[in-house]
Amino acid sequence: MSHSQSPHGKFRSYLAIAATALLLNACGGSNDKVSDDKQSTDKSTAPANASSKELNIGFTQYPSTMHPNIESMVAKSYIRGMTARAITIFNHDWELQCSLCVELPTIENGMAVLEQTPEGTPGIAVTYELPANASWGDGTPLTTKDIQFAYEVGRNQKTGANNMEMYRRIYQLDILDQHRFTVHLNKVTFNYNVLGDFYPLPEHIERSIYEEDAYEYRHRTQYNANITNPGLWFGPYIVSDAAQGSFLVMTKNPHWHGKAPYFEKITTKAIGNTSAMEANLLSGTIDMIAGELGLQLDQSLAFESRHGSKYNIIYKPGLQYEHIDVNLENPILANKQVRQAMLYGMDREEMNQRIFSGRQPVADTSVSPMDRSASDNIRRYSYNKDKAMALLDSAGWTDIRDGIRHNAAGEPLKIEIMSTAGNKTRELIQQILQSQLKDIGIDLRIRNEAPRVFFGQTTRERRFSGLALFAWVGAPENVPRSTLHSTEIPTAENNYSGQNYSSISNPQLDSAIEAVEQNLVFADRLPHWETIQQIYAEELPVLPLFWRPNSFILPHWLKGLEPTGHLDSSTNWIEYWSRD
Amino acid sequence: MRWFLLTRIIQSLLVLAVMSFVIYALIGLMPGDPIDLMISSNPNMTAADAAALRQLFGLDLPIYQRYLNWLGTALGGDLGYSRLFGQPVLDVLFPAMKNTVILMGTAFILSVCIAIPVGTFAASKPRSAVDYGVNLFAFAGISIPSFWLALMLIIIFSVFLGWFPAGGIAVDGAPFLEQIKYMVLPVATITIVSIGGHSRYVRSSMIEVLRQDYIRTARAKGADNKRVIWKHALRNAMIPVVTILALDFGFLFSGALITETIYSWPGMGKLIFDSVMGNDFNLALVALLFATALTLTGNLLADICYAWLDPRIVIGGDSK
Repeated sequence: MSHSQSPHGKFRSYLAIAATALLLNACGGSNDKVSDDKQSTDKSTAPANASSKELNIGFTQYPSTMHPNIESMVAKSYIRGMTARAITIFNHDWELQCSLCVELPTIENGMAVLEQTPEGTPGIAVTYELPANASWGDGTPLTTKDIQFAYEVGRNQKTGANNMEMYRRIYQLDILDQHRFTVHLNKVTFNYNVLGDFYPLPEHIERSIYEEDAYEYRHRTQYNANITNPGLWFGPYIVSDAAQGSFLVMTKNPHWHGKAPYFEKITTKAIGNTSAMEANLLSGTIDMIAGELGLQLDQSLAFESRHGSKYNIIYKPGLQYEHIDVNLENPILANKQVRQAMLYGMDREEMNQRIFSGRQPVADTSVSPMDRSASDNIRRYSYNKDKAMALLDSAGWTDIRDGIRHNAAGEPLKIEIMSTAGNKTRELIQQILQSQLKDIGIDLRIRNEAPRVFFGQTTRERRFSGLALFAWVGAPENVPRSTLHSTEIPTAENNYSGQNYSSISNPQLDSAIEAVEQNLVFADRLPHWETIQQIYAEELPVLPLFWRPNSFILPHWLKGLEPTGHLDSSTNWIEYWSRD
Repeated sequence: MRWFLLTRIIQSLLVLAVMSFVIYALIGLMPGDPIDLMISSNPNMTAADAAALRQLFGLDLPIYQRYLNWLGTALGGDLGYSRLFGQPVLDVLFPAMKNTVILMGTAFILSVCIAIPVGTFAASKPRSAVDYGVNLFAFAGISIPSFWLALMLIIIFSVFLGWFPAGGIAVDGAPFLEQIKYMVLPVATITIVSIGGHSRYVRSSMIEVLRQDYIRTARAKGADNKRVIWKHALRNAMIPVVTILALDFGFLFSGALITETIYSWPGMGKLIFDSVMGNDFNLALVALLFATALTLTGNLLADICYAWLDPRIVIGGDSK
């Protein structure tokens, strides 16, 4: 019997070998392919045209409405950074700066003046000046008329504008001239000059629509009906094309008053599936993945291990605080020693090193160590099994049966932890915590729910019996009133308002929060910040876990993109982005 | 025939009326209304703000009241606004429906055009190498998860070969060929997945028909194999297949969520999913009602097709 193959047989063999090689290469599964990967670098990461002034960005969410003052969402903030600017913004050093004003108003420079409100309470008047050459994308000058109009729209509850609290706080707006206006605030707080959620609206386009029917305004606004109208935008770019749910194309705004941006055209593509996002990046369909709305850390780490050399991957720790809210009404968890024992029993640093390659720093409190108000003088909980065991013994959980502790009444030390179903990283953290706490005799039961149920009902109405694992996203020097003040405990009586889900009620903590809000000088409020953090770390109404970083996957040729780590996205400085 | 059509239309309207309330109530019963979702992202929202917004969106009313309000305006021709997109429901729905019809319609036509001859051919040579080959391909198509197939196609044809874009749709005004390029991979994914099922239905139906007496008679009268299969057997074999295709008709408009998500194709599947998850009552309701109406229409067309395929079937009466 001959072993020679027929021509068809040979062809099939070659085909099989080629197909295998193709898949291995494409999946990046073989280390032997490193040299091939390097060869293909230029093809997959350079734009189709080497001199191209186009940039294609992939992100996971498409903004629902583009109206700057109705509904807040990260995707919209990302686009808004390119097409509009807030009055003030936090910069890369987390310091407040002007974005659509000439000089940041302060009490020291006389642009902010303490005064009394008509009710006789302490208030403050803050004056801002718009850049003289600012104009809308259709060439119409941007003036205080647009500020006045935005204020009217925001104050009118029929429009459903977001951040109603801000419009309530600004009880009066005075127009001084075409470029200067004064806001009168009904409360004196240290962040009196922050106007980050306030965007002018094009009065020349929107007023007639608004005046026709304020109730219908949010539907009929040109920001929904005709977003390619250049007169809606005043940032470095205007929206020139869009397909709902798919992409937004931005082109240079000929009337932009600031530094001219480098890229002629920017296309943002919404790709909901992260595996598809990776494939889009590798195929060159997109040039970069936005850190603000891109891959999860574990996905980025996996991507880096396969294709890291082709891209500039930046991990920027930020203000995404991954934590566990504790239900203090649970009799087991009401005991501080149990909460402390649990934190001692969690080896968070080990998790950080093993799962997150050291990129996800362990949190000590809700104040980021990058924040200027962070204190070093707080209790820290490095993994210590002996301390954890001793604390549980001391709390009365001494009887260990089948590895689980029981109290004198024979009740097991069983606690439920809930989180968002489908979030792989959180599910993994839960499983590790379950194993680590089992080691000190705690029976941790996992029960997860769809995000809309978890956030819409379980946490909001404090229906979790033990622990709730999720994240908060904050801002620099963010006062934790809504999450820690005793008046912010959601109950049926207050229609579940507030986000103090742990239900901590501590007069000393309340006073410190109020003192932080009211002290205008940073040095004066620093001791109160320290008090807040000390109580937090001692009482542990919340078990701190990690500071989650954003992963920016960028082409090597892209320069000037600098992640901020806070809510003001990197696109607010898009005019500084360029090709190498 | 006229009486049959009238009855079916009345039945369909009743089904739609019941479905509209069921869908509305089911969405309304899901925990967390739109304001809850706003609260979860805005720590500064007070109870008063939340109450004002609930009143603004009409969410403070009982569910039946909200439904009746919606029904009243819908019967007047106003289907309302999408809460998520801030636009009239139809303005959001039609572009997505157009995209889905282009995607699913192309895939459906391709799938049927390939599945019928392939299934027929396999049935005409049962237990042959061709039949086994077709079965293998069919089962592979049925078994392969569409998300995996989609990712594999992207890796091969987009990442490695660079022939087609990995996702999205062409910008407005793009040349026709450019638009086709964006369609190739998503259409291929849906086609490959659905050919399997369709060809299996055709094959089994055809095998059944080929055993019938009249086929034997045709062969005995000297009709050649080609004529027997394509002229005598296929038409009768298509009756059960038409039922399946009619059910698929509804999917032409309701979209393929997974494929649309992976290819970032802005179609109905993704839109319906987002509207349900985002508590966008108006949009979800109208989109689902469209899908229901079109499924009912598909079934009506199927009934009419039965009579065309088999003259013994009389619409609206007893079979002969």
